[in-house]
Amino acid sequence: MMQDEDFVMIRLTVNGETHRLVVEPRRLLADVLREDLGLTGTNLGCEHGACGACTVLVDGQSVRSCLMFAVQASGHEVMTVEGLAQGGELHPLQKAFWEKQGLQCGFCTPGFLMTAYELLRHNASPSEEEIRYALSGNICRCTGYQHIIEAVQSAAHSMAEAKATVPSSTVA
Amino acid sequence: MKPPKFRYFAPQSVEEALALLAEHVDGARVLAGGQSLVPLMNMRLVQPGVLVDINGINELAYIKAWDGGLAIGTLTRDATLVGDSTVAEHLPLLCEAARHVGHPAIRNRSTAGGSIAHADPAAELPAVMVALNAEFEVRGRSGSRTIPAQDFFKGYLTTDLKEGELLTELRVPGLPSRAGSAFVEFSRREGDYALAGVATVIALDEDGTIADARLGLCSVGPSPVRPRAAEALLRGQRPGSEAWAAAASAVVSVLDNPLSDIHGSADYRRHLAGVLTRKALAIAAERAEGNR
Repeated sequence: MMQDEDFVMIRLTVNGETHRLVVEPRRLLADVLREDLGLTGTNLGCEHGACGACTVLVDGQSVRSCLMFAVQASGHEVMTVEGLAQGGELHPLQKAFWEKQGLQCGFCTPGFLMTAYELLRHNASPSEEEIRYALSGNICRCTGYQHIIEAVQSAAHSMAEAKATVPSSTVA
Repeated sequence: MKPPKFRYFAPQSVEEALALLAEHVDGARVLAGGQSLVPLMNMRLVQPGVLVDINGINELAYIKAWDGGLAIGTLTRDATLVGDSTVAEHLPLLCEAARHVGHPAIRNRSTAGGSIAHADPAAELPAVMVALNAEFEVRGRSGSRTIPAQDFFKGYLTTDLKEGELLTELRVPGLPSRAGSAFVEFSRREGDYALAGVATVIALDEDGTIADARLGLCSVGPSPVRPRAAEALLRGQRPGSEAWAAAASAVVSVLDNPLSDIHGSADYRRHLAGVLTRKALAIAAERAEGNR
């Protein structure tokens, strides 16, 4: 990390791609993702950690990107909602949100997806209560949450099924 | 909004951090998890000229045995407190309380020391530390000092920390073998600031009477409340609803000035404090009885 009075050089790995950027220390991770890297999937709602719309993963852990300076993410691995789909295929969570209508306006969706992604990595078949608890830090003003919870349940189900069918297809 | 300009330093050791804090006495703030400081900076309620980011100081993130209890490095994340098996075994009260801190994504960043140094009256850990008779190690350029939790919290967002000092370690004594603890709080939505919260520890005698009782409350005053009169009332009593009711009224009677705001009036918070005290004591006593 090179530093003079006003700017620092950072090395940010986002969705597997490493970027070298010169930023002011005061720049929030969310703003650097959106403005410097053009990754506008990460949304900013409240800018004080209450709404969860800006949730991304840093080294695999969910964080509020509005409560972290980009300089703090230097040398770390960031994953944003843009990193979910692989090879043009939606992630099972994205598919499930689409199919179950887990979104209306979609503003909060990236934050919900990243939070749910972290949940399912630690707990492949969460109960409804566990899903509600895990998502309690994300605010949605449209859906009333019910369809979001159904989407996460559906994604957990389809991910478990996909996992179960992999070994048999390899055998065949 | 966005934070105003500041100079940023990321020391890799405590010595380096202390040197930076000494050099920039005017307007330097320590950045730990940032889950309280950064919102305040985003809203420009706090505008430090210098940020000393301690997240790179690995020597400050640890949990180790100390005096039958635990010594906890200031940079220990709340998510670690929630999930750590050593903490769960020795001081389950810490896990139970830390689970109420914000949300998972907040706890992945927020730190134990940060919560204590920030001293928000609604924060869980300060009340827990007071109830557990914890002490804090604070280091400055001229050496270190140890401050009992009870003396550390001076008022709303105000602590005994002096300029140039860094809170480095939280030391929490262990509990007697026949003790139980509980943390109960009420908030309108999961993860919101509590309208009132109660941490308690109850130790039982051989004959099942209460040998020791400790209480720490959050969100009902400018700093954590330790209602000693209520604790004294409980000693020597048989556990049960009568004792809990007496202790609860003693708690309510010492709360002169809970916050009154859009989320709850002072009277409502006082009432809640009594209800939660009864609940917490009953749970802690039941757990103590299970720990024969």
